[in-house]
Amino acid sequence: MQVTIKYFASIRESIGKASEQRETAAGTLAGLRDELLAAGDIYTCLRRDRAVRVALNQVMSAEAVQLTEGCEVAFFPPVTGG
Amino acid sequence: MFARVSVQMQDFNLGIEVDALRKNDKRVGAVCSFIGTVRDRNDGLNVSSMELEHYPGMTEKAIEAMIDEALKRFDIFGARVVHRVGLLQPLDQVVMVAVTAAHRGESFKACEFLMDYLKTQAPFWKKEQTPDGARWVDARVTDDVALAKWGIEARNS
Repeated sequence: MQVTIKYFASIRESIGKASEQRETAAGTLAGLRDELLAAGDIYTCLRRDRAVRVALNQVMSAEAVQLTEGCEVAFFPPVTGG
Repeated sequence: MFARVSVQMQDFNLGIEVDALRKNDKRVGAVCSFIGTVRDRNDGLNVSSMELEHYPGMTEKAIEAMIDEALKRFDIFGARVVHRVGLLQPLDQVVMVAVTAAHRGESFKACEFLMDYLKTQAPFWKKEQTPDGARWVDARVTDDVALAKWGIEARNS
């Protein structure tokens, strides 16, 4: 299925892009993260030992959550607003 | 309809915001507000400026959901949150939360709840300029602890 992936803050800088469209075979957010990790060195910042938060369709989500066609996924570091 | 959430580059004026929030509402007997500002020092280094990034769309939705939660939990009438993004300097205002209620107790609690929630669940990121170069601000465990006292697990830092 087709998904839109967005990256923010230090993760956006490490990956070198703010967003991308991707055809994925992954069923869940965790699966998509694994797929990116296997796709190249630029995704090293998404490694499991790094603090990474994930949102699905603009809501903070656990990685076990299922992807849906055309969904918007975002990877970002812990938030620091306020 | 009075907007409850604004994410904006420009500065805000607490007096104007509070006037609008409590306008013509004779039930209100208490207004509690908080303002966060840019410090010139963080984690042992001087800070000359700060760039605030956010996730347009999600930010507004997340804060709207926090206000809905505050309205459920506390006996309050309304709330207003303004958060700035872009390049800010020490002394600049960053964020404001204002809450109206009949009595002070609920307004104090709801204002603190909204700030604790926002610190760990709203998608903002700060990058500060220091004499050692630019650095992304680290999330604080103490902010997760602050949210835990409301019975919510932050899972942020």
